Amino acid sequence: MPVITASKTQPAYDVVIVGSGAGGGQSAYTLAMAGAKVLVLEAGRHYDPVRETPMFQENFRAPLRGADTAQKPFGFYDATIAGGWTMPGEPYTNARGESERQFDWWRTRMLGGRTNHWGRIALRNGPYDFKPRNRDGLGVDWPIGYADLAPYYDRVERLIGVYGSNEGLENTPNSPQGVLLPPPKARVGELLAQNRAKQLGIPIIPAHRAVLSRAQDAATLPALIHPGDPRAQRILGEAMRGRAPCFWATPCGRGCAIKANYQSTTVHFPPALATGNLDILPDAMVREVTLDKSGRADGVSYVNAVTGQEGRVRGRVIVLAASAVATARILLCSQSARFPQGLANRSGKVGKGLMDTVGASVGGQVPLLENLPPHNEDGAGGDHMYSPWWLYREQRAGQLDFPRGYHIEFRTGRPMPGADAFNGLSRHTGGSYGRQLKEDARRFYGSFLGFSGRGEMIPNDDCFCELDPVVKDKWGIPAIRFHWKWSEHEIRQVAHMQKSFGDIIEAMGGTVTSKPTPPALAIERGGRIIHEVGGTVMGTDPATSVTNSWCQTWDAKNLFIADGGPFCSNADKNPTLTIMALAWRTSDHILEEMQKGNI
Amino acid sequence: MERRDAIKWMLAAAGSAFLLERRGLARGGPGPAPAWVGEGSDPNLLKDYHPGDLWPLSFSPAQRRSATALCDVILPADAQSPSASAVGVPAFIDEWISAPYAWIGSESGPGSDREVILGGLDWIDGEAQRRFATDFAGLIHSQQTAICDPICHEPAAEPERKDAAKFFNRFRELTLGGFYTTKEGMLDLKYIGNVAQSTFTGPPPEALRQVGLL
Repeated sequence: MPVITASKTQPAYDVVIVGSGAGGGQSAYTLAMAGAKVLVLEAGRHYDPVRETPMFQENFRAPLRGADTAQKPFGFYDATIAGGWTMPGEPYTNARGESERQFDWWRTRMLGGRTNHWGRIALRNGPYDFKPRNRDGLGVDWPIGYADLAPYYDRVERLIGVYGSNEGLENTPNSPQGVLLPPPKARVGELLAQNRAKQLGIPIIPAHRAVLSRAQDAATLPALIHPGDPRAQRILGEAMRGRAPCFWATPCGRGCAIKANYQSTTVHFPPALATGNLDILPDAMVREVTLDKSGRADGVSYVNAVTGQEGRVRGRVIVLAASAVATARILLCSQSARFPQGLANRSGKVGKGLMDTVGASVGGQVPLLENLPPHNEDGAGGDHMYSPWWLYREQRAGQLDFPRGYHIEFRTGRPMPGADAFNGLSRHTGGSYGRQLKEDARRFYGSFLGFSGRGEMIPNDDCFCELDPVVKDKWGIPAIRFHWKWSEHEIRQVAHMQKSFGDIIEAMGGTVTSKPTPPALAIERGGRIIHEVGGTVMGTDPATSVTNSWCQTWDAKNLFIADGGPFCSNADKNPTLTIMALAWRTSDHILEEMQKGNI
Repeated sequence: MERRDAIKWMLAAAGSAFLLERRGLARGGPGPAPAWVGEGSDPNLLKDYHPGDLWPLSFSPAQRRSATALCDVILPADAQSPSASAVGVPAFIDEWISAPYAWIGSESGPGSDREVILGGLDWIDGEAQRRFATDFAGLIHSQQTAICDPICHEPAAEPERKDAAKFFNRFRELTLGGFYTTKEGMLDLKYIGNVAQSTFTGPPPEALRQVGLL
């Protein structure tokens, strides 16, 4: 079973999965490896990272030296295909016009979805992160705890390969011995930041990223991941041997032709396809989940995004993993006499509890990093170090004016220059030009750095999505309309970020180069961090949640959600690893329930 | 943070479509819609592109002459690397200001600075004519710096030269970006990377020593 066209779909599948990113990829992997017959529908085109990734292309080969444009918003060589903040023919709307009330929705249309370009930062939620309301009375607790997901975090980390270290810090879980790959050595700017931040009490430790810092142990890992299943072990072992370790060049955001980092297209799908149990149907934009006469979900209807032809596929179980908002949209569009408000929406909670990550950045210039002896700082194509949230004790003692926390991502070093590499340089050079400017460029290159906070938002009633009553996409599918408003919790957190980042830059002997900006304006707009989760929140009560603790919808027992939709809170930790762990757990449950004949 | 800091813009799709259309009309006058649509959201990432491949360039012969001269005043050849014009920077700047993107709200995106750059190039030629009775490219170096010195540092520029200083600063940024993204520019900066390696060794001792960590 391969990547197929509509005429090649089977009459029925055990499981139909909508979406091919982290959640869809993990679900397809787990289910197909266990023997279920699976179809994945992807709204975008087929994509082959091995053939299509621009691995060593320098910026001078690209239009505009690879700069960001409206059509390639993260730069020409970013892996994203047919996506961005806006997409022709696929509008979304915002209920309010003010800038601070906007939600910007990043989408893509390609096999593998947003896993192709993501930052590969793979952090576990900690025990506190599942029970936030219990700790501070705000937001919503998850019906599951860290112990429920811990074994799945282990499995996902083993499967995809994550580098990092175990530091034993509060609410920053260790992985079991031998699970993580060794972290790469820190760059000089990262070491300087670590050294100086320590004086401020801010820990800087190895980042956790889904990049193979060495080859995976294909002889040992498959048996740990698929105990008692020699066939799955053999297939996974082969797939692991097909992945090369990082060769310490090219940014991960381009994707990875040697499969050294995780994207579903290089890690989940090759072994899942090798089982013969998986079909992938690209260019299939799902309209709605269809029901049989008894009201049971029996498949999905879709439109061929290229030809406009309508299609339908049937499955015993339906898994939505289209991304939090797109999944909510499909449910809201799945209206019937039985479910006039949309499927799985008896509670009225579909689209509610929408969250993103709190983001703000501060840049600086550090004289100590000027004129450094030239050396290669490309590294693992992303961050080697980060700072986990560190003020739990102070928060407990009531010393902070905001709840929850943020982690710090930062970028230093001498990367390959881009078109904007020296924008703003004249502020440091007194307006030099001529030979002096060349000297200045040599001196300042590599001395700029930037810190970004990634913090936890508290869900609030002002943040949700719904169907726009008027606007439709080019296929006639109702568009999503966002409602957004940050609360004082997030704004105060940003003020704290700004102070911390300024303190670190000054402790490094540097100066802040960012314009002083009030926190309410410095906070990134909703959606900008592309960590949107919630909208199909899990719970223990069908009246106040969309799914149970297995991400199984209350209203249709053979319908499951496998993206960030069921998240009850959005910890500062980047959500992708948790999406995968949750999807694996959900898939295990689906297999059990199918075996028992319950679904 | 890698991706997000770069993005400072976010435009309403409807707004940019309108502006695109308007610019097309402004450039081509009434008649068929322009054939170019930008680089697209699913371009071939593996082929090499050159200025003019995807959309028409804008410089008049006189503007190209001035831009070439100004590029080399800003980044002249020295012992380590060639001049900006020798590695194609004027064509890059032309490509940049001609890009069919409407950058409402962005101070630095492709196409946003078209008026600033084209107006500035006309201004600098006018200034050369006014003071030295020839165009900027025809001046000797000391005459060129006599024009550039009062506008090279925006905060220090006289009020009547603020616009010229703004132009000069933006032109300088584009020249820097265009130059240091070339092979020669990267070599000059001693960017060492973009090569496959079997190990990542981290910073050398002399780098650690310089920052006081060894």
